[in-house]
Amino acid sequence: MAHTTNDLVATDIEAYLRLHEHKSLLRFITCGSVDDGKSTLIGRLLYDSKLVFSDHLAALESDSKKVGTQGGELDFALLVDGLAAEREQGITIDVAYRFFSTERRKFIVADTPGHEQYTRNMVTGASTADLAVILIDARKGVLTQTRRHSYLVSLLGIRNIVVAVNKLDLVDYSQEVFDRIEADYRSFAAEIGLSDIVCIPMSALAGDNITEPSPNTPWYDGPTLVGHLETVEIADDLHTGPFRLPVQWVNRPNLDFRGFSGQIAGGVVRPGDRVRALPSGQESSIARIVTADGDLDEAVAGQSVTVTLMDEIDVSRGDVIAAASEPAAVADQFECHLVWMSDEPMLPGRPYLLKLGSRTTGVTVAQPKYKVNVNTLEHAAARTLELNEIGVCNIHLDRRVPFDPYTANRDMGGFILIDRFTRATVAAGLLHFALRRADNVHWQAVEVDKTARARLKGQRPAVVWFTGLSGAGKSTIANLVEKRLHDQGFHTYLLDGDNVRHGLGRDLGFTDADRVENIRRTAEVAKLMVDSGVIVLASFISPFRAERDMARSLLGDGEFVEVHVDAPLSVAEARDRKGLYAKARRGELAHFTGIDSPYEPPETPELRLDASGSVSAEENAGLVVEHLRRAGILEPPAPGAEA
Amino acid sequence: MGRLTHLQRLEAESIQIFREAAAESERPVMLYSVGKDSSVLLHLAMKAFHPSLPPFPLLHVDTTWKFRAMYDFRDKVAADLGIDLIVHQNPECVERGINPFDHGSATHTDMWKTQGLKQALDMHGFDLAFGGARRDEEKSRAKERVFSIRSAQHRWDPKAQRPELWRLYNAGRQPGQSIRVFPLSNWTELDVWQYIHREQIPIVPLYLAAQRPVVERDGALIMVDDDRMPLRPGEVPEQRSVRFRTLGCYPLTGAVESSASTLTEIIREMLLTTSSERQGRVIDHDSSGSMEKKKQEGYF
Repeated sequence: MAHTTNDLVATDIEAYLRLHEHKSLLRFITCGSVDDGKSTLIGRLLYDSKLVFSDHLAALESDSKKVGTQGGELDFALLVDGLAAEREQGITIDVAYRFFSTERRKFIVADTPGHEQYTRNMVTGASTADLAVILIDARKGVLTQTRRHSYLVSLLGIRNIVVAVNKLDLVDYSQEVFDRIEADYRSFAAEIGLSDIVCIPMSALAGDNITEPSPNTPWYDGPTLVGHLETVEIADDLHTGPFRLPVQWVNRPNLDFRGFSGQIAGGVVRPGDRVRALPSGQESSIARIVTADGDLDEAVAGQSVTVTLMDEIDVSRGDVIAAASEPAAVADQFECHLVWMSDEPMLPGRPYLLKLGSRTTGVTVAQPKYKVNVNTLEHAAARTLELNEIGVCNIHLDRRVPFDPYTANRDMGGFILIDRFTRATVAAGLLHFALRRADNVHWQAVEVDKTARARLKGQRPAVVWFTGLSGAGKSTIANLVEKRLHDQGFHTYLLDGDNVRHGLGRDLGFTDADRVENIRRTAEVAKLMVDSGVIVLASFISPFRAERDMARSLLGDGEFVEVHVDAPLSVAEARDRKGLYAKARRGELAHFTGIDSPYEPPETPELRLDASGSVSAEENAGLVVEHLRRAGILEPPAPGAEA
Repeated sequence: MGRLTHLQRLEAESIQIFREAAAESERPVMLYSVGKDSSVLLHLAMKAFHPSLPPFPLLHVDTTWKFRAMYDFRDKVAADLGIDLIVHQNPECVERGINPFDHGSATHTDMWKTQGLKQALDMHGFDLAFGGARRDEEKSRAKERVFSIRSAQHRWDPKAQRPELWRLYNAGRQPGQSIRVFPLSNWTELDVWQYIHREQIPIVPLYLAAQRPVVERDGALIMVDDDRMPLRPGEVPEQRSVRFRTLGCYPLTGAVESSASTLTEIIREMLLTTSSERQGRVIDHDSSGSMEKKKQEGYF
């Protein structure tokens, strides 16, 4: 292989370049642990394609002698290792990408380290792969990890599988062993819907059936590994599917040109094609397909283009231009698979950001319906998802978005979740279908509305949200405020951490997930009470910024008054009226805010009260009432005001 | 139009990355080092936003020690394309006359390039910078992300890097953080050369062999590009047919003897050659700095 390349390079470089400019690209992932010879295999692929230069080779030779495992022979694994060293340094490892090339194809290999974090890493590597090479040690056969790898690969929609039955030299190139493993694998694979499978008997170390058919396996008449990778046809559903263009960028160099730039995520497009902009639903036709190399008569999935439309319709970044005859669906509630990728567990009800295509929206995730044991494929009940766990959940977006099911189109149905505060990517998700539920629940348009109710009470409804450490004095102050307002004839209700938990939140504990759900329920109740015209005093530790922001987002402008009852931990702990800090310090109370669970103070509360002891609770209550008066809450709504 | 070739797929991917990053950034900039990778990067940026110009300027972090041919090329390219070019020279280096001969290559590189880059990014408030690094350049680069998060001090925090799935890049930043974006992540050196050939992208003539005055020093062929280079006893510049496989500061960049004076001859030589690209860079051999360390310090 390498020789013919060099001959052509030496004799006719122009012919070589013509040949190589028309190569295709195949991306694949290798699945297996270090013991399966994965690094050896990748090292050999790089070595055989002559992508190892002499200085690297010299280093390889000396390393092989020093630390190699092959008795001084070349240890190909050393060409790609480095992940082990990084682990020692504490560097986040997910996927390493390697490159090699043959006469016919360029290859990008996603190489993922084994063991812990394997799910997160494999899912990341598989998300861009067209094919998976699953390594099996011939001495061990189909193992639990083989099943796990195969499940993840099928979940991510890879249909072309190569099963590399490796280390065949260690079982005397036995056809019986190979046949048994192949039969085992095929029966398992059928269960999870994998059918396009090629099994190859090989030894990465000895080089059997990697590039040349091995004389050691005369009973095998299938392709070599490289031979198969070079020629395998990847069924490209994307070219035959309906046209999809997620708009990344509106291109407006001047008033006469308005183009929509993006990478085609499905189908084919030609000038004149009828298209629909989503989610707006407005239709037009393609005028031009513009590129720097001139206008195109046709563009296909995978190309980055800029299109212009015949009509002036409203299209912005995040929208999808789709075939009018087969537009994508638009919805805001979905069932999906989630692969959790963060050390912080998923919190049902907490607001996250969701990025799908070029669109980012707010989203909340409901409690998982179940999680999947990746080793046994069994379903188990779950309240949350931890790092590397996979579950099926419903998600609720804060606006309607165009989508296709992931199985139909990876780019239209694959998404990531982003933490609103740290901005880290915390999960990957696969959309399955839209839930119809929201469409069935229509709010009754009522004539007696919030404003009407409030006017009757001579006040403007609002939620006064007291947050702070346990023992800071929230409930004491809230009680005093309610008493004063009541004395002045206002309609109030006090929602208190303790009384809510006895009923509405009786099924909840004190884990982070449960705290989030407790706050969500409370916020929804407060919202209904505000709708009834009441001034709600809510007193909750509510340690997380994200949930307080969620409560705020449920209410109208000026209806949420965040009051930080600010006491240092030492002061709050010294008060310890309920003896809770003492218990927490003794380890009898887990997840106690301030001790082993964080408190995130508000950044810009409407009011901050000094609760360190230098200001009395009475004075602080006075400050709250004064704030409410200044904010206009203690006056009836202006005539004609909208709720 | 049938199936896309590997170069078409790489091009489409890089353009998608450019558009996504520009759309999610408030003040993007493209780091421009005048080398062949920068030439390809710029070519792709022009394609990504055509018929508009790229919505960001170029930033050249200069050391005053680049080859003269690089300065000529840089200024011509910016003028021809009509794109804004910011040239930054670390004022402290200018004042103290930092150079590789008196201060050593490590100090020279750190002060002009690493510190200079941080200064320039801070001074202009850039929150996202495109760079031309590729994953095939070095073993440790293989797992670098396309979108790489940097702290307010421009440090690369290995623990804060994000998984990248499908074509979804998370450009979210906390206050003070910035992002480096590498649209050429999946290109190899051969891809770069093939693309330069296919697209006829202009490159600095130093990549092509010509008679140039060189001295042999510490096993490397160093070009005497101007009279600032102090010659050691016995060193006499001689004219040899050489070319450069990478470009940097001329006193730190080794030439290779070659007669390849056309692009196809370079590619031919590269395919037949047996030593890797980074070997010509004196800076990589400097014992004090591994790639990993330089990256953490903000070199890229």
